[in-house]
Amino acid sequence: MTTQLLLVQALNGLQLGILLFLVAAGLTLVFGVMDFINLAHGVQYMLGAYIGAALAAATGSFWWGLLLGLPAALAAGLVLEVLVFRHLYRRDHLAQVLATFGVILFLNEGVKVVWGAAPLQVPIPALLQGGIEIMPGLQYPIYRVAVLAAGVATGGLLWWLVERTRAGMLVRAGATNPQMVAALGVDVGRLFTLVFAFGAMLAGFAGILAGPIFSVEPGMGDNVLILAFVVIVIGGIGSIRGAFLAALLVGLIDTLGKSMAPDLLRLVLDPSAARQAGAALASMLVYVAMAAILAFRPAGLFPVRTG
Amino acid sequence: MIGIGRRGLLGATTGLLAAPALLHAQPAGGVKIGLVAVQTGPQAALGTQLRDGFLQGLRHLDGKLGGLTAEVVHIDDELRPEVAVTKVRAALERDRVDFVVGVVFSNILAAIMRPVTEAETFLISTNAGPSTFAGRGCNPFFFTTSYNNDQVHSVIGQACEDQGYKRVFVMVPNYQAGRDAVAGFKSRFKGEVVDEVYVPLTQLDFSAELARIAAARPDAIFTFMPGGLGVNLVRQYRQAGLASIPFLSTFTVDEATLPAQGAAAEGFFSAASWAPNMDNPQNARFVRDFEAQFNYVPATYAAQAYDGAMLLDSAIRKVGGNLRDKGALRTAIRAADFTSVRGTFRFGANHYPVQDFWLLKVARRPDGKFQTETVRKVLEANVDPWAAECRMR
Amino acid sequence: MTREALLPLAVLAALAVAPLAGFGGSYELTLLARAMILGMAAVSLSFLVGGAGLVSLGHAASLGVGAYAVAILDAHGVTEALIVLPVAVAAAAGFSLLTGAVAIRTSGVHFIMITLAFGQMAFFTTSSLAAYGGDDGYTLYGRTEVAGTRLLENRLAFHYICLGLLALTWGLCAMLLASRFGRVLRAARENAQRVEAVGLAPYPFRLVGYAIAGALGGLAGVLLANATEFVSPATLSWQRSGELLFMVILGGVGRLWGAILGALAFVLLETWLAEQMQHWKLVFGPLLVLAVLFLKGGLSGLVARRHG
Repeated sequence: MTTQLLLVQALNGLQLGILLFLVAAGLTLVFGVMDFINLAHGVQYMLGAYIGAALAAATGSFWWGLLLGLPAALAAGLVLEVLVFRHLYRRDHLAQVLATFGVILFLNEGVKVVWGAAPLQVPIPALLQGGIEIMPGLQYPIYRVAVLAAGVATGGLLWWLVERTRAGMLVRAGATNPQMVAALGVDVGRLFTLVFAFGAMLAGFAGILAGPIFSVEPGMGDNVLILAFVVIVIGGIGSIRGAFLAALLVGLIDTLGKSMAPDLLRLVLDPSAARQAGAALASMLVYVAMAAILAFRPAGLFPVRTG
Repeated sequence: MIGIGRRGLLGATTGLLAAPALLHAQPAGGVKIGLVAVQTGPQAALGTQLRDGFLQGLRHLDGKLGGLTAEVVHIDDELRPEVAVTKVRAALERDRVDFVVGVVFSNILAAIMRPVTEAETFLISTNAGPSTFAGRGCNPFFFTTSYNNDQVHSVIGQACEDQGYKRVFVMVPNYQAGRDAVAGFKSRFKGEVVDEVYVPLTQLDFSAELARIAAARPDAIFTFMPGGLGVNLVRQYRQAGLASIPFLSTFTVDEATLPAQGAAAEGFFSAASWAPNMDNPQNARFVRDFEAQFNYVPATYAAQAYDGAMLLDSAIRKVGGNLRDKGALRTAIRAADFTSVRGTFRFGANHYPVQDFWLLKVARRPDGKFQTETVRKVLEANVDPWAAECRMR
Repeated sequence: MTREALLPLAVLAALAVAPLAGFGGSYELTLLARAMILGMAAVSLSFLVGGAGLVSLGHAASLGVGAYAVAILDAHGVTEALIVLPVAVAAAAGFSLLTGAVAIRTSGVHFIMITLAFGQMAFFTTSSLAAYGGDDGYTLYGRTEVAGTRLLENRLAFHYICLGLLALTWGLCAMLLASRFGRVLRAARENAQRVEAVGLAPYPFRLVGYAIAGALGGLAGVLLANATEFVSPATLSWQRSGELLFMVILGGVGRLWGAILGALAFVLLETWLAEQMQHWKLVFGPLLVLAVLFLKGGLSGLVARRHG
């Protein structure tokens, strides 16, 4: 493998990491602040992609899809929060897992009833079409550069919101000591609702951005959800910084593992067996990494200080 | 209404074809079909194609198969083998279906093979055509109206040879059908395979693989990426500016995925024994009426299921509606005395079709929709490579 | 004996008479067998969750190890239960022992995730077993033989064998929980420090419990392979692990026999709904949510309250 190809693959790994971060950010926020396991985060990502695709198709513009899609995803999150999730905050993780799984079943089937089972198409906006040649014959789509930028900006914005603003401070305090915050005259219930809706909007944002790259189809959130969970667990639950770094780590492990595992195994196996075993090993690698990290640091890489 | 295939409230079944006749004719003089089509999960679009193709066949036959009123028991295999086994057993033992038809995926077919054939019920696959049941595992109660998977992949191998490509990059998902695809391709391609890449079935982002393709600079790529995988790959391949490298594929660009791939797939190649633009009266009627009824372009899944309905019609007619004499029924099915949307159709000794295969290319129709169109015939009256191993009892 | 102690026996008795009370058709027997087998896996998981406080999202892996042991031995011509059963159970126990040794070092959500990780590793491993069908799965040549006889081919005999092993699983888990071993497990769940204070390290207790649950899961896997005569990686997908957890929760976490009830309800409801309509998940999903919101002690809690 040439150095150039290695660098390109590293870039690809970072980019997968950024996409994972966009999904994981909302998840870790809700999980960390409210101690709430939201398996439905993946379907909220899917819902965002569908809403964005439908609005883009209706208005004829990706940008309108994005602009209108965000409040729509927020509203969908609010509806779910009021109907279901609000009643689960005080319940144990098991109950949350079961109930949010019910929501997954419902929404996966729901989008199929509304939009059909076939994947939808979302064209890349005209402004971001084209690519940059990063190696001979290979274009790096401008749209992906924009997604990278959006991911980094989201990370920065979130960190600033949580660590540097009054709302963020209240949220952090509300998570560790709800009674005290309530005593200060803050409605903790409303605070949680806002955090949840914000998390839903983040998931929707990730879904809308993913639309032009990935196929928009029922169940598209399920695989992403599992990877996003891996990310937040490796990063330390509730830590935005941890989620960001862990997402990059997972993206790099996955991408570099896929391109290097077959080559490494070829040293000991015959080429055809090495390719197949290498591919199987590569898909396991992320989980191996998570098991190894948890075995040595049971609370993840960046455990959040709990009060 | 046709097409919504739901099951009635009492577990009784409804295909509701030619409704008034159905109410009186059942069960005497009727025929029950268990139609296995996945309706759950990301691959549901393929199951819908299959189901609608079969129902369109029944429409053209006025809801009758060989003169018997047809009732369809819809079975959603959920792409979960154990679920498929349980539901198919229910259809066999409780609903007493006379035929089991359909099945998109080979793993589902493998799972239901024994329960169906051991009950001495005919299993007509209208899509899955694994090698397992073409050679030593061939079965007197099993027929397929589709193809053997290896044949389709070998078409691309042959096409690459014909085209004079020397260096081809191969990329498939890392599972059995993917490995079969590589074997099928290599059976006819004699040039250099510059790299073989196996990706996980849950793959989302192909950037890493696309970088490898760009670095390898092959004459062409061969890929097999069914369903959503293909949607992602085709779009990302186009976005990465690789489209100048010919894209030859199987089950990757077809009418089930083209609505999502759109212009990104234009000019990409595929292989099959049928395409919507195939020029014969039976096909013209099928495509026209199918589109009018279901409002989308049919893919091979639909066409082969349509042929499945026509096949059953011809066989039941031949035995005069007597479904008890299995031997006579088998002879009648084997005769395949119907007009196929593919033009000609006949079964080989292993009950797999012997047919022509075409190189197809994605094109935009005048109405703006996309479909695959025939480029040229690559294999003529092709017998699958396993047929010789079959010792049909 | 309290009245509540009679309830699990009532459930088992109902299953015993079911074939004689109009559920003797081969379809009904297939369905009941499936429910009882998943019930066994759910009971062993309930032993972990309710007893030891170990919420595993990788329990389907032990089911899969048991099932794959049957398939692999079948491919090599070994179909005698006297060999297959011990090998499968030992393999599942060994797998749980190895993965548990690492997983039990963590707790809470991290335990859920690390068991998920091991489950996924097992899933990808079985998917790459090309010799045994890979992703397509493997069709058995026939059901496992018992001392040379084809006893399992008989649907009614299979029904009672599943029932017997289900009762055995439940009895064993209940006995273990009531023993000193079980008391330590439960005490460690409530307060690990207190257990350590009396000079007992919870780790080996939890590990042994985890391995026992794995062995029982493997036993269920042997039966599952025989029930469908087919084994595929889908047996150990994370969704299956999730379903097993739901059966436990649906039945009620505090009661072992609740898991049997949960499995029966889950399998029968799913099958029945799927027959009623195409988009049955639109109903099944909200039902799960409602069950969580309003059925806090699970189904067994509901039954126990009425008869308590």
